[in-house]
Amino acid sequence: MRVTVVDYGAGNLKSVETALRFLSADFTVSADPGDVIRADKVIFPGVGEAAAAMATLKKTGLGEALALFHRGGRPLLGICLGSQIVLDRSEESDTACLGLVPGTARLFPKQPGFKVPHMGWNRVRPLRPHPLFAGVPESASFYFVHSYYPEPEAKEDRIAATDYVIPFTSALARDNLCAVQFHPEKSGRVGLRMLGNFLAMN
Amino acid sequence: MLEKRIIVCLDVRDRRTTKGVAFKDNVDVGDPVEMAKHYYEQGADEIVFYDITASAEKRGIMIDVCAAVAETIFIPFSVGGGLSSVADMRAVLLAGAEKVSVNSQAVRNPGIIEEGASLFGRQCIVLGMDALRDPAMPSGYRVVIDGGRVKTERDALAWALEAERLGAGEIVLNSIDADGTKSGYELAATRLISEAMGIPVVASGGAGKPEHLLDVFTKARADAALIASMVHFGTYTVRQIKDYLAHRNLPMRMEW
Repeated sequence: MRVTVVDYGAGNLKSVETALRFLSADFTVSADPGDVIRADKVIFPGVGEAAAAMATLKKTGLGEALALFHRGGRPLLGICLGSQIVLDRSEESDTACLGLVPGTARLFPKQPGFKVPHMGWNRVRPLRPHPLFAGVPESASFYFVHSYYPEPEAKEDRIAATDYVIPFTSALARDNLCAVQFHPEKSGRVGLRMLGNFLAMN
Repeated sequence: MLEKRIIVCLDVRDRRTTKGVAFKDNVDVGDPVEMAKHYYEQGADEIVFYDITASAEKRGIMIDVCAAVAETIFIPFSVGGGLSSVADMRAVLLAGAEKVSVNSQAVRNPGIIEEGASLFGRQCIVLGMDALRDPAMPSGYRVVIDGGRVKTERDALAWALEAERLGAGEIVLNSIDADGTKSGYELAATRLISEAMGIPVVASGGAGKPEHLLDVFTKARADAALIASMVHFGTYTVRQIKDYLAHRNLPMRMEW
């Protein structure tokens, strides 16, 4: 099994790498569209600004490679910015995104007492069973750092929710694609468990 | 609901932690990597390393510590102390740190906050601020630097707001008055700063028992609390502190 972690210059991939190494995964971190297309599984992480990230994905051909890989039906995991960019568009700089899942990334509404970015640990409530959450306790918390959140159009695409200002979708899944707004690679043992679940998916 | 974070602070000099510790189990109490692992397993939400290495030649050692910690614990950790350029910041971030903290260096050169935030993202840049009670200042608190030895002309609240504007993603407010007293955090200063800021505020200095964390979270509205000696000397475990707070209805991460 060959896992490709997509490197498109959006943030530091070190913690994803160390977590995968800890899990003894066979993986490569690559900016080469060929490595994405040929992979058995793809992890699409990222921290940063949506428009800049989309510009890089277009310029490098990685965006097209991700769409091709996705059509092949193999497992794809988006993390953080990756969970927003798989949608149709983002409110951040009003950016057209990859469109792999119908939906929009939205900015948290302003409300006194709620600081944005949403940064720290928060509970992730599963909305329906999904292999990603196998063995993850219902009261588990994950580490978040973000100002925008994914909002898939279809209710059935929302697999977990978290409360901050409003209840928002913190994990989504459609066919072979799943994506999480939080950082499983920085979420302790439950996060490692989730990454392990993804590595075990077919 | 966003949970209150408990951050364990470790002072590191030349690859060893400096404060005395009193673990009974098989922990190499001087090894920062072992200690980070110990607190990770106890349920710490974050770890901060303060590099108090005296000489510039030995700074590289901290990079090795970061790399080893990154392979061992899977929660965010940050590094502060001695980072005086974006090159220094980049080195610890690439070694696996989630955030970098600047204190005296940022007072001397506020541009480092702006530069760091634009290169690495605001969420990476933490302002550490040492504040001293001083009725002569507009907010009642004066910024001090170099470990509290040097007074500046900056007002603590004004500096915190300026740092936020420059791009800091978080503020660690360390009270020089409370530091080392074990009689509780400086609640008034923490509340003043926390309520004025749009970014998270971490309270630091003075923690001696779990009640002090309860106070700083409820009365002073801190987003996170730094602890050191109350766990280093084995008086409490992180788990005990979290149990205490969770039983008093504070949102805490209880599964790890």
